Amino acid sequence: MSVSVRIPTILRTYTAGAAEVSSEGATLREVLQKLEADYPGIGARILDDKGAIRRFVNVYVGDEDVRFSDGLETATPDGSQVSVIPAVAGG
Amino acid sequence: MAVARVENRTKTFGPAVDLSCRECGQTYDLGPSFACIECFGPLEVKYQWDDSADAPPVSPVTREQIEAGPPNIWRYRGLLPVPDDVLDKVNLAPGWTKLVRARNLGRELGMRELYVKDDSGNPTHSFKDRVVAIAVEAARNFGFHTLSCSSTGNLAGAVTAAAARAGLDACVFIPADLEEAKVVTAAAYGGRLVGIEGTYDDVNRFCSELIGDEAGEGWGFVNVNLRPYYAEGSKTLAYEIAEQLGWRIPDQLVVPVASGSQLTKIDKGLRELIKLGLVPAKPYKIFGAQATGCSPVSAAYKAGHDVVRPVKPDTIAKSLAIGNPADGPYVLDIARRTGGAVEDVDDSVVVDSIRLLARTEGIFAETAGGVTVGVLRKLLESGRLDPDADTVVLNTGDGLKTLDAVTSWARPAAVIRPSLEAFRGAVAGA
Repeated sequence: MSVSVRIPTILRTYTAGAAEVSSEGATLREVLQKLEADYPGIGARILDDKGAIRRFVNVYVGDEDVRFSDGLETATPDGSQVSVIPAVAGG
Repeated sequence: MAVARVENRTKTFGPAVDLSCRECGQTYDLGPSFACIECFGPLEVKYQWDDSADAPPVSPVTREQIEAGPPNIWRYRGLLPVPDDVLDKVNLAPGWTKLVRARNLGRELGMRELYVKDDSGNPTHSFKDRVVAIAVEAARNFGFHTLSCSSTGNLAGAVTAAAARAGLDACVFIPADLEEAKVVTAAAYGGRLVGIEGTYDDVNRFCSELIGDEAGEGWGFVNVNLRPYYAEGSKTLAYEIAEQLGWRIPDQLVVPVASGSQLTKIDKGLRELIKLGLVPAKPYKIFGAQATGCSPVSAAYKAGHDVVRPVKPDTIAKSLAIGNPADGPYVLDIARRTGGAVEDVDDSVVVDSIRLLARTEGIFAETAGGVTVGVLRKLLESGRLDPDADTVVLNTGDGLKTLDAVTSWARPAAVIRPSLEAFRGAVAGA
């Protein structure tokens, strides 16, 4: 399952400046695991010590905030777009 | 493990020292940054008095200096992250809005001393002019050529107006289904107004992605990459309330909650005034107000949670319709720390409360003002708000922008021929 992941500016030091990278996995959890394997250290920025999505990180699969779907178990069909976005914007 | 700290030697940001992560404490240079690289936590401005070894720290300004200042937020420039010469800059100079002693409303609600801080008196008729004014100065400092934002309506107009006055370009983003008056008043000042098909949270997400894209280069998003500075503008609500009360802090404040930024910064402003010795120290309670159709913070408060689960908004209070509030956790902290609460009211109460405020005080609030007055009533009825303690309720916007909420009852009493006979028959004595 090839998935495209959009990387926020503050994490691009891990991706050599790339704003978008490829990953793989049937679920968001697997996609993030592959991302960590390819770009060591990036996983700990997105997930906390307990392996949950950090409080101030929003993750979308397509247009859906995964907090409204199945969280890390959200399915990531082939061709999905995953976006990792700081949550502290707006208001 | 702090990164290099750069002193604000040029005083470009006044008394500000650096940016600090509210979650983990990591510090950063004063720059167009908003989220912590370590933990994604929000960055906020720290000042020279925050780490002061003095107890209490020396205030950079006195009451007398403030009182001698202009009748706008710049009278507090010594407490804000703005250049020392901000008075010489061209801007909308918002603030110093009325603190109305609401005797009639207070009497009706059985309250001893009630005030309405009426921020509809700002240049574009909402509190957003305060925060945008600070963001404009930051945008100038960082050399941005375009001012932008995600907005539930009021902010879009505040940004396009402020950009026009400051000579900057503007491109602002709103949900496409906003109230007509907010669309029109945002577009009237020029710049580019873009409607996004989706909720405010979709707009916000879009802007967060745009900021990392080439298309957003050179843009200052007031509530994204300028957010640490922008948010500080809400401190001026606290400063004004205290000064207008004769340099004292009220016992209770009822504040609307959208992202939660305003409430957290009002608390910050009050704590600063105490810390710097500008007002006597005293306890105060802050109450957060939401519309039931978008009440993730209220729901978390009632459930005893310290995290906020996002919701899909469905309320007429569109200016508060943020389903994923960035500062929600901090609102919970403040409500609990001060002994306040977070409460919500449904849309029918919002409309009824707009009517009550208008009828008793001659203040025509937008829906967000109906939310705060509605929550005030609910808190009084449940005994959580003390009717004998002095209380300030915020009206943050103008009813002219949310006419749809009131057109069902705000109609002429009659339409008659221009004759005394017709008047006597239709209106007089009715």
